[in-house]
Amino acid sequence: MESLIEIRDLTFGYDTVPVLEDVSLDIIERDYVLVIGPNGGGKTTLLKLIMGIVLPWSGSIRFRGGLEGRLGYVPQFSSFNKNFPITAFDMVLTGFIDGRNYFRRYGRQDRDRVNRILEKVDLFTLRRRKINDLSGGQIQRVLIARALVSEPEILLLDEPTTSVDITSQASILDLIGELNERMAVVVVTHDPTPFAPLYRHLACLNRHLYYHGREGLDEAVLEKVYGCPVELLGHGIPHTLLTGH
Amino acid sequence: MMDVLSYTFMQNAIAASILASIICGVIGPFIVTRRMVFISGGLSHTAFGGLGIAYWLGANPLYGAVVFVLGAAVVIAGLEERIDGNDLLIGILWAFGVAVGVVFIHMTPGFTPDLMTFLFGNILTVSRSDIAIALVLVIVICLTVFIFFKGFVSIALDEDYARARGIPVNLLNLCMMILIALSIVILLQVVGIILVIALLTIPVAIARETTFHFRRVMLFSTLWGITICLAGLILSYFAELPSGAAIILLGTLILGFIRAGKWLSRRLFLERRAGEKTGEKI
Repeated sequence: MESLIEIRDLTFGYDTVPVLEDVSLDIIERDYVLVIGPNGGGKTTLLKLIMGIVLPWSGSIRFRGGLEGRLGYVPQFSSFNKNFPITAFDMVLTGFIDGRNYFRRYGRQDRDRVNRILEKVDLFTLRRRKINDLSGGQIQRVLIARALVSEPEILLLDEPTTSVDITSQASILDLIGELNERMAVVVVTHDPTPFAPLYRHLACLNRHLYYHGREGLDEAVLEKVYGCPVELLGHGIPHTLLTGH
Repeated sequence: MMDVLSYTFMQNAIAASILASIICGVIGPFIVTRRMVFISGGLSHTAFGGLGIAYWLGANPLYGAVVFVLGAAVVIAGLEERIDGNDLLIGILWAFGVAVGVVFIHMTPGFTPDLMTFLFGNILTVSRSDIAIALVLVIVICLTVFIFFKGFVSIALDEDYARARGIPVNLLNLCMMILIALSIVILLQVVGIILVIALLTIPVAIARETTFHFRRVMLFSTLWGITICLAGLILSYFAELPSGAAIILLGTLILGFIRAGKWLSRRLFLERRAGEKTGEKI
């Protein structure tokens, strides 16, 4: 299967110290990639590099042909201006704007598409609400809806369950699972617990990419990634991340 | 009072007020939502530096202000990746601008009455040519915002996401800084350097009390700007107060009333609700 994204030997830092070093990774069609690792390990930076928000020092990111603008980005909760006076509907509408069309007016079809997407993420009734008045889980769905507007083939999600209460988490996970039937999904998270039964590939990032594959991890690798003996998950969850030992 | 309106200076003052209010409505909301108020304060005080240099050269102070403010805007946009992050640089530019102004004025012989106008504003001395310049600037600003509206809004809403989508954020930020610089220069004539910030923010604050759609904030800011400017002019005429200060005081008062009114109505609502509950229990 041809990869959607091929990352080779990616190295990057904000200052003089690299945050990512020699990272190589493949993302295939309808993949479900979980990127875990400690804070500061480069997970958000990896997504920013894929989206082109920052440029790498060395290495390459190659996209399968025709993938321009078909990347959906759901950034961390904290990155946008929650006090901006705008409704959920209008915020999702901004998902249409890109580097080539920020002159164009919105059309009837654009608004219809937004309505359909809002229904899909179960926000249609809240579409005229100010985003300031929405709960964490609702805002998360607005951010996902905004990314869906450009009909992406890959969805990149940065900490999609972190600022969301437990009860809403389940519905977000379900939503991501449903979307995965149509597109590849890359989830960055510092807490892999809720995703344990769902992922297909696991990438552990702490400046270097320590692991990337289908089978479960073992403790030695996790220790390397997190830098200390880690007792993860394990109890009472049907699919664990750790291999039995 | 209608005789007053036949005077040229009054007509000019009204025209300048309307132009200034359009600026408040078009640019103000972006400044406020992007937390650029401090930057705007810094820019307006660097205008003072340009004034001083222009004076010393014997040129029209307004042109000096324009050049200096534009220069500062480009510097700020060029040096900073995140436009709303750098207090320190702004603070330094602010102080530097004022210091430059002070030095050059000190080196210029003679009394400088017009300078007071720029510091504190005197809309009643605005000339036809000043208005003509202001009109051109207003048209440029409105056209630019209209054309790039979606880009500006996406950046104000979520700058990282805008970058991710390929919107030329740095370019548009530079553009916005230049528009702000030009706006400040227009507003200088109405309320003076010291009060420019007030005119950029008070109408927006009032508008935000009444609506949460961005386009409507822009519209209402404009209307409130016109209201406080014209009312302030009337007040300053009859009470013989400096016009710029009268405008700002009136605006602040109105804002205060609206907020107090909302607070009061909420208190009454809560008390009535509490009263109903105890009523039920009995």
